[in-house]
Amino acid sequence: MSSQAALLPGRRPAPSYVEDVIRTSMVLTMFWGVIAFTVGVVIAAQLVWPQLSFDNEHLTFGRLRPLHTSAAIFAFGGTALIGTAFHIVQRTCRARLFGGAPLGWFILLGYQFFILTAAIGYLTGVTQGKEYAEPEWYADAWLTVVWVAFLIAYLGTVLKREEPHIYVANWFYLAFIVTIAMLHIVNNLAMPVSFGGAKSYGAWAGVQDAMIQWWYGHNAVGFFLTAAFLGMMYYFIPKAANRPVYSYRLSIVHFWSLVFMYIWAGPHHLHYTSLPDWAQTLGMVFSVMLWMPSWGGMINGLMTLSGAWDKLRTDPGLRFSVTAVGFYGMATFEGPVMSIKAVNSLSHYTDWTIGHVHSGALGWVAFIVFGTMYYLVPRLWGRTTMWSTRLIGWHYWIATVGIVLYITSMWVSGIMQGLMWRAYDELGFLQYSFVESVAAMHPFYAIRMLGGLFFLSGGLLMAFNMWRTVRSQPETVGTDGRTVFAA
Amino acid sequence: MDMKIIHEMLATLWTVWAVAICLGIAFWALRPANRTRFENDARIPLNDER
Amino acid sequence: MIFRHATIEKNVILMLVLTLITVSIGGIVQIIPLFTIESTIERVEGMRPYTPLEQMGRNIYTREGCYLCHSQQIRPFKDEVERYGHYSLAAESMYDHPFQWGSKRTGPDLARVGGRYSNDWHVAHLVSPRAVVPESVMPAYPFLAERPLKYDDVADHLKALRMTGVPYSNEMIAKARADLEAQVNPDADPTDLLKRYPKAVVGKFNGESPQVTELDALIAYLQMLGTLVPISNIPPERLRQ
Repeated sequence: MSSQAALLPGRRPAPSYVEDVIRTSMVLTMFWGVIAFTVGVVIAAQLVWPQLSFDNEHLTFGRLRPLHTSAAIFAFGGTALIGTAFHIVQRTCRARLFGGAPLGWFILLGYQFFILTAAIGYLTGVTQGKEYAEPEWYADAWLTVVWVAFLIAYLGTVLKREEPHIYVANWFYLAFIVTIAMLHIVNNLAMPVSFGGAKSYGAWAGVQDAMIQWWYGHNAVGFFLTAAFLGMMYYFIPKAANRPVYSYRLSIVHFWSLVFMYIWAGPHHLHYTSLPDWAQTLGMVFSVMLWMPSWGGMINGLMTLSGAWDKLRTDPGLRFSVTAVGFYGMATFEGPVMSIKAVNSLSHYTDWTIGHVHSGALGWVAFIVFGTMYYLVPRLWGRTTMWSTRLIGWHYWIATVGIVLYITSMWVSGIMQGLMWRAYDELGFLQYSFVESVAAMHPFYAIRMLGGLFFLSGGLLMAFNMWRTVRSQPETVGTDGRTVFAA
Repeated sequence: MDMKIIHEMLATLWTVWAVAICLGIAFWALRPANRTRFENDARIPLNDER
Repeated sequence: MIFRHATIEKNVILMLVLTLITVSIGGIVQIIPLFTIESTIERVEGMRPYTPLEQMGRNIYTREGCYLCHSQQIRPFKDEVERYGHYSLAAESMYDHPFQWGSKRTGPDLARVGGRYSNDWHVAHLVSPRAVVPESVMPAYPFLAERPLKYDDVADHLKALRMTGVPYSNEMIAKARADLEAQVNPDADPTDLLKRYPKAVVGKFNGESPQVTELDALIAYLQMLGTLVPISNIPPERLRQ
């Protein structure tokens, strides 16, 4: 890609793209990232020093934890996805966003309003009590409106495209938008106690509620945290490496097999519970099979770099993206292993799950966002590079050390918990009381908090770097005094 | 009771069915006839400034 | 020729529809049978809708996010059954909106915590966990012991629950307030309450306050957990799903 490259034969100049919305989404993503990491460190610290809730109802673990997960998944991840979705769909379709800037702003800001409404609810004790689906009925209803607008803008842009083929990244984003809509609506059906109040009762109960919740919950992982970010990978890694994706055919197989298999995997969250066995078995089998398309995607992402590995030395932003794909491979190997019932009998209910989630959330999701932003931010603001490339390198190492501390401490504590709970002494009695297992976790919770602090520090470096990039004078100024889109 | 029978039938058939779908997709994607087209499609992100 | 992939790649609506079909199959096959196969929920005695006080306590349990650290789902393993009691039945959460099985045990499972500790123990523990269990990492909830329970709209709660399928009778809804007050007043006559809600535990759960506090409701809920189904009297074949 070159700024002054001539148009390909037979092409009209690209339309003017909606970019203000995308610039704002990048700033908001950074903001929510720092918030999510900070709240994560706070609740990690509370498990080391429980006094840190100060007997204050708004600061208890039970209220801050949904704040942390929602800030990370929906605020940080979701805002990044909305921004990059607008960027990718416009450019790969060579069409201005359907609905233009007004619809773009409505979606971005409407989504921020949803996040704020939900977050205030968490702190004041307004929750549906379902993991990753905590927002109450009124926030859910508003999100549905925003989401439909998102689908319309995305579809509309694809429909008026100039490029005959729909690039694969768009398939992943579309699957994300439409599947999340389905999951969100079914899982959140509820009966409000009164239309003037926040409280509602979900439509489903007991075992059916459990199945629907984890059908939702696992596919929030599958379609929000995986499919959509794979779309990001399929656009930004080729872009940053300046070469096409390793195998486009593999990406097609990857897409359909992922979409087909992921949706079945939910019951592995309910192994050995009162969910009937047939459902558990189905969940396990599909979870294990998921390993194949996941690694297909990983190979496709990594091999895109073949012949350009030297770029990793000079471009620390790309290093983030490639490491993200590596963590994706690791997490999608660990996941199927943990979904095997025998393994799950040990790992379920323990910190191992928490470690697994964070190798995905920090290693894959956050790293691919960082890599994308280090590529996109300078270009969106008409700069050639970030303010400091060295600082990106520092961010990379600090964050990586943070993740390693986090996941290794959680592996040890998780497996230890599992073993302590099932340990018998030679007389045939349970060897440990529950609280002994709690006490044994203390050092690992401290290491985990340290890992989180590292990761947060890296995020702060990035925010600083981004601020300096945006505030610096544009380095490339055309003869007419206008900023040249340089890359 | 009917539902139970249908359900058990589906539960045994799903392996066959999943494999068939996977093979179908692989066939679509890997047919040699599509090769050049896919190679061009893969260049879309690289050409979007031109 | 719909089924040429080239067509799908160029027709976004078709692709959207195919994606939606692909992602629907898994949900349909896994979810719908849970509603139609009768044996999904074991036919056992004892399950009843929660008393108004228990339900209000349950709402506090969800409000405070207890489910983020405590499971309510005992798995059929020797160690779990010895530690927590008989493994959980699907029937035992049939009136749970939402289910609170949880996914993490930072603290112990609570599916059968009912009757295991005294009311006073619960009060002391919730107000100051480390005064009772020094190694605990649970947050303290002193505010629950002081704050009056808001229950003027308790009948509306039961009505909403009835809309979602919980079999509250007209009488239960009409008497919701009175039942709530009767359950927390050891001097009241519990006959009516017990007729509507067998096995309801009556008492002033939070002895620290003369008012009906949020803690009263929460402890009433905890003391009920796992006590409704007479598990030792059930023949094993009734437990088969």
